[in-house]
Amino acid sequence: MKPSPTFSSRFLGHLSNIYRLGLKELRSLGADKVLLILIAWAFSGAIYEAATGTSLELRKAPVAVVDLDQSPLSRRLADALYPPYFRAPDKITLEEVDPAMDHGRYSFTIVIPSNFQRDLVAGRQPEVQLNIDATIMSQAFIGAGYIQNIAAAEIGEFLTGRRDGSEAAIKVVTRARFNPNLNGLWFGGVMEVINNITMLTIILVGAALIREREHGTIEHLLVMPLAPFEIMLAKIWANGLAVLAGASFALFVVVQQVLQVPIAGSTLLFLAAAALYLFAAASIGVYLGTVARSMPQLGLLIILVIIPLLLLSGGVTPRESMPAAVQDLMLLAPTTYFVRLAQAILYRGAGLTAVWVDLCAMLALGSVFFTLALLRFRRSVTQTQV
Amino acid sequence: MSATGDKQRLDGTPAPVVRIVGVSQRYGATAALEQVTLDLPAGGMLGLIGPDGVGKSTLLALIAGARVVQAGRVEVLGGDIGDRHHRAAVQPHIAYMPQGLGRNLYPTLSVFENVDFFGRLFGQDRHERSARIDDLLQSTGLTPFRDRPAAKLSGGMKQKLGLCCALIHDPDLLILDEPTTGVDPLSRRQFWELIDSIRARRPGMTVLVATAYMEEAARFDWLAAMDAGRVIGTGAPAALLKQTGETTLEGAFVALLPEEKRHDHHTLAIPPRPPSAEGATLAIEADGLTQRFGDFTAVDHVSFRIGRGEIFGFLGSNGCGKTTTMKMLTGLLPPSEGRALLFGQPVDARDIETRKQVGYMSQSFSLYGELSVRQNLDLHARLFHLPESAIAPRVDALVSRFDLTAYLDAAASELPLGIRQRLSLAVAVVHEPKLLILDEPTSGVDPVARDEFWALLIELSRQQGVTIFISTHFMNEAERCDRISLMHAGRVLASDTPAALCAARGMATLEDAFISYLEEASGIGSKPAAPAGGKAVAADVAEDGARAPDEGEGSSATADAGCAGKGGAGSPAQPPPWFSLRRLLGYSYREALELRRDPIRLVFALLGSVLLMFVLGFGISFDVEGLRFAALDRDQTPESREYLHNIAGSRYFIEQPPLRDQADLDRQMQRGELALAIEIPPGFGRDLRRGRATEIGVWVDGAMPYRGETIRGYVEGIHRQYLAAQVFAKTGAEAPAVASIESRYRYNQDVRSIYAMAPAVIPLLLIFIPAILMALGVVREKELGSITNLYVTPVTRLEFLIGKQLPYIAMSMLSFFLLVLQVIVFFDVPVKGSFLALSVGALLYVTATTGIGLLISTFTNTQIAALFGTAILTMLPTVQFSGLTSPVSSLEGLGYWIGQCFPATYFLIISRGVFTKALGFSELGTQFLALAAFIPVLTLASLALLRKQEK
Repeated sequence: MKPSPTFSSRFLGHLSNIYRLGLKELRSLGADKVLLILIAWAFSGAIYEAATGTSLELRKAPVAVVDLDQSPLSRRLADALYPPYFRAPDKITLEEVDPAMDHGRYSFTIVIPSNFQRDLVAGRQPEVQLNIDATIMSQAFIGAGYIQNIAAAEIGEFLTGRRDGSEAAIKVVTRARFNPNLNGLWFGGVMEVINNITMLTIILVGAALIREREHGTIEHLLVMPLAPFEIMLAKIWANGLAVLAGASFALFVVVQQVLQVPIAGSTLLFLAAAALYLFAAASIGVYLGTVARSMPQLGLLIILVIIPLLLLSGGVTPRESMPAAVQDLMLLAPTTYFVRLAQAILYRGAGLTAVWVDLCAMLALGSVFFTLALLRFRRSVTQTQV
Repeated sequence: MSATGDKQRLDGTPAPVVRIVGVSQRYGATAALEQVTLDLPAGGMLGLIGPDGVGKSTLLALIAGARVVQAGRVEVLGGDIGDRHHRAAVQPHIAYMPQGLGRNLYPTLSVFENVDFFGRLFGQDRHERSARIDDLLQSTGLTPFRDRPAAKLSGGMKQKLGLCCALIHDPDLLILDEPTTGVDPLSRRQFWELIDSIRARRPGMTVLVATAYMEEAARFDWLAAMDAGRVIGTGAPAALLKQTGETTLEGAFVALLPEEKRHDHHTLAIPPRPPSAEGATLAIEADGLTQRFGDFTAVDHVSFRIGRGEIFGFLGSNGCGKTTTMKMLTGLLPPSEGRALLFGQPVDARDIETRKQVGYMSQSFSLYGELSVRQNLDLHARLFHLPESAIAPRVDALVSRFDLTAYLDAAASELPLGIRQRLSLAVAVVHEPKLLILDEPTSGVDPVARDEFWALLIELSRQQGVTIFISTHFMNEAERCDRISLMHAGRVLASDTPAALCAARGMATLEDAFISYLEEASGIGSKPAAPAGGKAVAADVAEDGARAPDEGEGSSATADAGCAGKGGAGSPAQPPPWFSLRRLLGYSYREALELRRDPIRLVFALLGSVLLMFVLGFGISFDVEGLRFAALDRDQTPESREYLHNIAGSRYFIEQPPLRDQADLDRQMQRGELALAIEIPPGFGRDLRRGRATEIGVWVDGAMPYRGETIRGYVEGIHRQYLAAQVFAKTGAEAPAVASIESRYRYNQDVRSIYAMAPAVIPLLLIFIPAILMALGVVREKELGSITNLYVTPVTRLEFLIGKQLPYIAMSMLSFFLLVLQVIVFFDVPVKGSFLALSVGALLYVTATTGIGLLISTFTNTQIAALFGTAILTMLPTVQFSGLTSPVSSLEGLGYWIGQCFPATYFLIISRGVFTKALGFSELGTQFLALAAFIPVLTLASLALLRKQEK
């Protein structure tokens, strides 16, 4: 080669190196059966499992009724609670209420006083007691609301013979947008795709770097005419591609076909955003790979990084309900932006105009982590513990 | 000569110390031993010779009882080692030092603590231990380093420490696997002198040594040469020399190799170096190179000059700074001081052009094992940007020159070591560099392959003028270099041609010359004893050779001693007790020390759980608050404003500027800027005044269903209150409620998420982190090799398991108290019930969860597998099936049963019960019983799965 290559030939040289090293990376990944199985499971079974498994919505809440009245109305009240929101209520005695609730056997117990029906008909305004185990956060509030509505409706029907006997002048018509039936499966499936993208990208890239450091192959690359950023970019594109392929499969096949979740926006826009996010997440992976000195250290580090990323980015519970400090801190994580734009694109059908700010934020944060990793790269290679 | 011939010769003598009959051992597809039949005579120094990977280590591990015998029979000290009872009876009489510098030692423990631990494993009391340790440290010269961590010892000192640990219990059979590999020649000589003096004190002891150094094998009493899993010759060294008609053992070994292996082997001839051109720049010029890591100086002012076309050698032990110097020359490590020039140019990590002139082979095999030979060559050719048209011919040329044709499509990791090293060299020269830097390229390679490798190097140097800079710890390789530097402890002791170095010290061999330099450097001075010792060794060998014909006599004498040892092991001697608290606590004590000195694990255990407590406490929040809402008020009357005001007044909602129209509403909801939008129809106020029915439109963002559902609940609640207020305002009376439903939110009156979650996160963290650390604690031993101590010492599996578990239980309890403190102080969640009950529950629980870690560790072999395996296996059931978010009684089918069979379910009830429901022992009895029941079940399962021998 000539002593002073032109800019374009140098650029092509870099590209060629990145491409070649990336191909090697894909071959290595292809030879690792355990990782392949992990990727396959993460984007198929795990998505299905997460979507259809337990959810935060009210489902089969355990209820017990203490029926001291034993009237047709009290039986009617008990019978009005049924799946899927509630389990068929158990009949217990008043003495059993406290121990049962102490052991968390029931989330709700309803005590119907004796002479309830008689008092009601006589207009004596009897009182039904509803005990709620408020430590079961996912069920307490919503479930109590449901039970109140159901009981009121049953009593109203009993008295007036009409189901919607409300004489209220103003009716509220509530419509849930983007998910009319508030179906938890819609949410769980897609968010699991995002969680697994985060987890796998960081693990794959971080582990690929540590593996090369432990085997000494990275030193081998560094004494060749290769620049660290070429090695890093090669790892990012190759592992990113594998994760992107998995994520596409999860979205098109598992989410859309198997789970039948309607996608409101452009899947292409989502995948493009995912590619950008992969760069950011993979840069975090490379960075962790330069911080840890051995594979077990990397593992512990990844656990401490991934759990906050998954839980605090808004993919599990809403951001608004977190303390302000946590919300601000999480603005430094690319995952926050990705979760936000993914929800906007996939559920609300948002377009590029609505999400471009988030895209820029991801790119900027990814570049910061990439630069940090680049600065540590050479130094870290000499600190490997084998 | 074969093993059978040897056996005949021994038939007349009493029982050998070890008898091996038809033993075969395979690891997957590769056979480590094939039909080995061999008797080892009792007493004396026995050697197994041969390069790496011929099955020496496997054979020694079988004899020590560290591995399960797959096929055949191994008798040690008069019984079948495959028999558990015999093994337990003889293990106190065997000592085994596995291969690798300090492999069965604990790097963070001090010299004293290491030996002390071994003493505990053999059930010695404090008094006996301290007497023995003092004695051993004194005789090995380690007394001054008593408190130094094993990791900071030099290779030679590590091996001496290993010897102390092996000798703490007066073994009858001492098994040493390559004890001197990678150790400098002076330490090596001292090591053998030490062994000699120990044998003088305990003449009945048999010492069985595996070694790759033929020179030191020459002084043993009896040798077995091995190749490819077979024994290819046995006998005294002199007998082997006589049999093959060679003058050196190395020559004898090559002669014993099967025909096809040595077909083209011939003594290597090195043509003299052509005089270099006048005024040519030097290939390498190093000037005062220094490398410091913290307060440790790895390389101390090293200077040398290497001319073009020269073969320049670095000779020194492991850790003397050879590799570090090479890394500075390649630019991998910037020097702390000094400078290096390659072809007149300063070494610069960013200088791509210089790197194209250098080929580098690092110490370990550093090509991509999963790529084939062709793919590796092709990849490197492309990375060096060889012209497209030149790549295929270059690869072909290298394949034929380096004789790789047969392996072209084999994965590099599958190749035999010698072939792999050839491939590494081929890759290093793919771009025709002018300088080759080779870091111990031939360690572990058998002599024939080594000579073949050198033939390639010589051709590169002499015919193509390539400069070669090579490091080695083999003397005979160093002798082949044009010039060498002797390195020790980061410094170059001397640099010259091998012959000149010998001449300068007046020594016959390079080894003696090196030792003399080492003695000078370490200040021992050339006191007469050391060289005399060297001569004495030579004399011993000669004597042995002379005595060889009447070997039988010597054997019988030593065999008697062996028998005595065996007798001691057999009938009268008590087999070690099946359970010993001292051994158990020995493991606990050691594990606690290690844990205390490992900052990463300690920080993860204590701060990691605190950090995750914050994350989970805030993250798994069911509070739905701070919701942005906006109104589309098409009415703009006092009534509509009052209705909206009602909603804006709620603590859950934050009002945003009013919406302009439907499109505005759509746009803002689509961007996720609004969680709730309220549309008031025109004429709302009028209809209300006239008592006509009207409808309010409520739009809830349902993207996050739980949040959507809660918002709907809030709006309906506010609406009901509004209606009641309306009625009150009109009629001046309470709404005519027919019946009231009184809701009592128990245990958590404010329905604040943190009250419910903080007590639930404690069980989650106390299963996750303790189980991971416990599993890592055991699997680390597997990975680092110290698990061998379980295999070859009298410690039982139960002692090992419980001994290792105790420190982790203690650490988890500390973590528990920290978490409770954090919950009380930072999350403001009080403990309403009995704190004692909570603590007892936690103790039972962490015993069970560390038990889960132990169980997982019995079937995982790498730390990373243990880490993620444990994480997944504990996280999933805890989060999904143990009642963390929705109660176990909501579950059905498999999930329900997983929940019932998982300890977290029970501790969750205890934790929530004590924290929020003010409960104590009496109310939670069944939960305590259930938790306690997990402990024996988990321990028994681990016991059943843990192996006392390697497979």
